[in-house]
Amino acid sequence: MNDIQVKLFQDPALARLFGMVGIFLLIASAVGWILKKTAKTDKARVTIGNLNDRVAAWWVMVLILAVALAVGFHGMVILFGLLSFLALREFLTLTPTNRGDHRALFWTFFLITPFQYYLVWKRWYGLFTILIPVFAFLFLPARSAWAGATERFLERTAKIQWGLMICTYCLSHVPAIYMLDIPGYTGRNGSLLFFFLFVAQISDVLQYVWGKLAGKRPVAPLVSPNKTLEGFLGGVLSASLLGMALHGVTPFTAWQAFAMSLLITLLGFAGGLVMSAIKRDRGVKDYGTIIAGHGGVLDRLDSICFAAPVFFHVTRYFWTV
Amino acid sequence: MSVIAGALAWTCRFISGSQGHWVNCQPPEGQCIFVANHSSHLDFTVLWATLPKRVRENTRPVAAKDYWEASSLKRYLALEVFQAVLVDRSGHNRHVLDPLLEALEHGHSLILFPEGTRGSGDEPGEFKSGIFHLAKHRPGLPVVPAYLENLNRVLPKGEFLPVPLLSRVHFGAPIVLGTDEGKVEFLDRLRHSVTELASL
Repeated sequence: MNDIQVKLFQDPALARLFGMVGIFLLIASAVGWILKKTAKTDKARVTIGNLNDRVAAWWVMVLILAVALAVGFHGMVILFGLLSFLALREFLTLTPTNRGDHRALFWTFFLITPFQYYLVWKRWYGLFTILIPVFAFLFLPARSAWAGATERFLERTAKIQWGLMICTYCLSHVPAIYMLDIPGYTGRNGSLLFFFLFVAQISDVLQYVWGKLAGKRPVAPLVSPNKTLEGFLGGVLSASLLGMALHGVTPFTAWQAFAMSLLITLLGFAGGLVMSAIKRDRGVKDYGTIIAGHGGVLDRLDSICFAAPVFFHVTRYFWTV
Repeated sequence: MSVIAGALAWTCRFISGSQGHWVNCQPPEGQCIFVANHSSHLDFTVLWATLPKRVRENTRPVAAKDYWEASSLKRYLALEVFQAVLVDRSGHNRHVLDPLLEALEHGHSLILFPEGTRGSGDEPGEFKSGIFHLAKHRPGLPVVPAYLENLNRVLPKGEFLPVPLLSRVHFGAPIVLGTDEGKVEFLDRLRHSVTELASL
């Protein structure tokens, strides 16, 4: 047990942050309860029912995250390894491949994805960065070609690679935040990780809230009819201001925290848009049904997929030695 | 055995992520025969696992004797856990349907793959006539069509390593053999009801 020291909440700031989220959720639950009592039309009841499902699912997700973050680095590696697995499964279920890809898919699920997280666990930065874009991206098409099926080859290869990129490579950058060695911030990376996840997710929530309250002009009606300009601007700005308010738990100054939050929220928006385009193309509304009110794991994590690697590398470039 | 069966059903649903999807119908109240397309070794386990508990406990899969009697583990699983009805596929036996009729006499429901063997997964192959004879022996017995989606991708024919993609089981409205419906008509109608579920 020397390797894995289970010291719950090494950083006392984390416990306070979860206390704050708990209060948010209590307020959200109370508002949902009042709305449910006062709803008049059937349409309102459906919307509020979905809202309450979402809040209930948030309680569960926050609880799981709290346990993983309390355990620390290794807890987060295991949690995101499992999430990658579930996300990959949703993604590849939706994107048809053929018989010749069976072994390549097996490699994707059972060897490449676990190995990527093993590299995070071992903090092996060099190989972590290139395992998927260099080795896996060359190996997988070779494996499919060897199986002999040439029909729509480029399309099938692209689907497997893109799934691996989004679900495994991008998501593995979340626990990799623990790898960042920031001067004067040693032992507090859990709080930075919390800051990242909080800003990305609260931006989604606030875009939804602003969209419901003030949304008029759709930004991308063909891709995602529920996304409005008002929701986008209101959500991105209010989430970035919340991120700025949290700068005390990060290595950033207030304005740096604002800029980093803006980066996270804009990329999160881009992620949501791209993942919606894929869903549209495949003719489905959600990637899965595992989280009541939200859809699948990918529906919840789409913004994080895009924001994580960029946040990781920008932080690494400007704040580490 | 029901503890093992329950745990196995749960594990199977968890791994395959499969859900039963009852298309414009409800799970049957009484005895029936489930028929489905066949493209993977996982087919009957997944279909069986997605049935509601009360239906599952009374439902027995029909499986090939030559395959399931090949080793003692397989025989244990088939006979003790799934309570499978094993049939002889060699084709020279006039009483091949007797064990099935006997199971129906006892009030059990059955899971049957009328193609008789696993296909490529693209389109269900032709249905064999056994299901017609069963329906003829038991007039009025509902036959429930089911379509197993994605299982040919999870574990295709000829592969031994499964890939954990999500699968789904679509169940359609029950079909009853008409009083003067012929064999070809009935099998066509049944096959059509299975392929129709595929396009959902």
